[in-house]
Amino acid sequence: MIKVEGLTKRYARTVAVDNISFEIEKGQIVGFLGPNGAGKTTTMRVLTCFLPPSAGTASVAGYDVLENPMEVKKRIGYLPETPPLYPEMDVAGYLDFAGRLKGISSADIAKRADEVMEKCALGDVRYKLISKLSKGYRQRVGLAQAIIHNPDVLILDEPTSGLDPKQIIEIRELLKHLAGEHTIILSTHILSEVEHSCERVIIISQGKLVATDSVANLTNRLRGSESVAVEIEAPGGHPASAEVQQRLEQVSGVSRVVSKDPKDGRMSFEVESLQGRQIRSDLARSVVNAGWNLSELRPVGLSLEEIFLQLTAAEAKAGKKTDKKKDEQPEAPKQ
Amino acid sequence: MKNILLICRKEVNSYFVSPIAYLLMAFFGLIFGVGFYTATRQLMQYSFQMQMQGGGPSMNVNEQIIRPLLGFASTIALFLVPMITMRLFAEEKKTGTIELLLTSPVRDLDIVVGKWAGAMVLYLCVLGMSVLDVALLFAWGKPDWKPVLVAYLGLILQGGVLLAVGAFISTTTKNQIIAGGVTFFVCLLLWLLSWFTEFNSGAFSSVVNYLSIVTHFDNFAKGVLDSKDVVFYLSFIFFGLFLTSRSMESLRWRS
Repeated sequence: MIKVEGLTKRYARTVAVDNISFEIEKGQIVGFLGPNGAGKTTTMRVLTCFLPPSAGTASVAGYDVLENPMEVKKRIGYLPETPPLYPEMDVAGYLDFAGRLKGISSADIAKRADEVMEKCALGDVRYKLISKLSKGYRQRVGLAQAIIHNPDVLILDEPTSGLDPKQIIEIRELLKHLAGEHTIILSTHILSEVEHSCERVIIISQGKLVATDSVANLTNRLRGSESVAVEIEAPGGHPASAEVQQRLEQVSGVSRVVSKDPKDGRMSFEVESLQGRQIRSDLARSVVNAGWNLSELRPVGLSLEEIFLQLTAAEAKAGKKTDKKKDEQPEAPKQ
Repeated sequence: MKNILLICRKEVNSYFVSPIAYLLMAFFGLIFGVGFYTATRQLMQYSFQMQMQGGGPSMNVNEQIIRPLLGFASTIALFLVPMITMRLFAEEKKTGTIELLLTSPVRDLDIVVGKWAGAMVLYLCVLGMSVLDVALLFAWGKPDWKPVLVAYLGLILQGGVLLAVGAFISTTTKNQIIAGGVTFFVCLLLWLLSWFTEFNSGAFSSVVNYLSIVTHFDNFAKGVLDSKDVVFYLSFIFFGLFLTSRSMESLRWRS
């Protein structure tokens, strides 16, 4: 449905998007993930024909964004980060305008407007001025505007930013309802958002594509390792922190032990396991056998945030490595 | 065409839900009314004197009231236009609604022409306030209607030019105040061009004089419908709208 190849977008001095390629199948919900300033909005703007690409191509339903922008625009519903609302209009009037702008005929417009107002639960505020609406309602009006012409592709730029938890849940529900009929791309920098509503995720960082995979795969792949918080009582500075750390590191399956500041006569550590290893019982046995008092042993789930950081960090490292290789190539092989 | 009408209607609505349309109409109606009162009073005094003394040149409502008044109106228009056009694009750029327009299946030129037409409708409404006063002259006097019509045509065309210039300037900034200020300055400059050339001669000054919109209005005010002036205004409007749509297109490349 959406095909992006070698997409690059340069602004005057910066490269916002750098050689990104991906494909999105019809009917998928895809999360577009990245920290602020990663190039999410820019990519979306290229897909909606708001900005032209500097290099590479992007096409929607087989139509190129540069060659056939009208056909692309007809097939896309777009909700920018700030919903494009006219504060002086009422909700019904605004949807009427937006619908006609997107080419809905006068005969159908009233029916379509009613349908989307029902879908987005806007019936109550139908005749209210948009300037009087709360943020959550505005977001929903923005969404209604994006789906009014029943587009094949929905592009939503941070649809839940700035909403309260209840409103976030409402928007998520709404997206789930829409999922069957439309291909949806939503951008966000909140990872739980992706876990909740997306099937696939595309991660970009600093304008580069970092990973693209299904959400389940990604979490499985990176959640193979376990992280455990360990607290040990140490009245009067005994046992010594270094000693404990050493012992914990010797437990089989442990990859890393991080010592944290002692508090109220307790030492605490965060222990990470190797891929696919269960270490909690071994840890407990090891501590008890040494004669120390174990006061807490708690699994810490790797959040998507950490996964994301790992991924982007790994990417940076990999980049460095290849650079090094390049540097070393001209030299004679040492090994 | 459908899209032009749609955008035009939207612009007109947004003018008339805010106080700006009513303010401009009231402001213009008041100033024009004061001008009308003064001119009429002068004419009456003058003709009264003529009656007492006898003789003198014959009185003419067209020459003595309508022509200077509509000339006056064309000057006031210079001040009104920035207030009409400053929000056209600057506001949409600021609030981000421009993204809705530019990502909808509508041609850039349709957006530009629609917006300009919306501004034109408001301008016509403002100008319409003067018809109230002029109608009084027709009710109680016998002015010649043809030169009046020509003068109004001139006012409309001149307004179209200034609105196109204002629309162009509005695309260049996000800030309405800047858009309004620059438009006002440019309108003033176009007005002053004719003064500048008054004491100069030569090719340069005749080119400048030709560019002055006020010079071209003079003929309309006299009741002379010259195709040269009409062509000047129309081509200026086309040029302005063309520049505006180019400038809007460049938003995509620059932003």
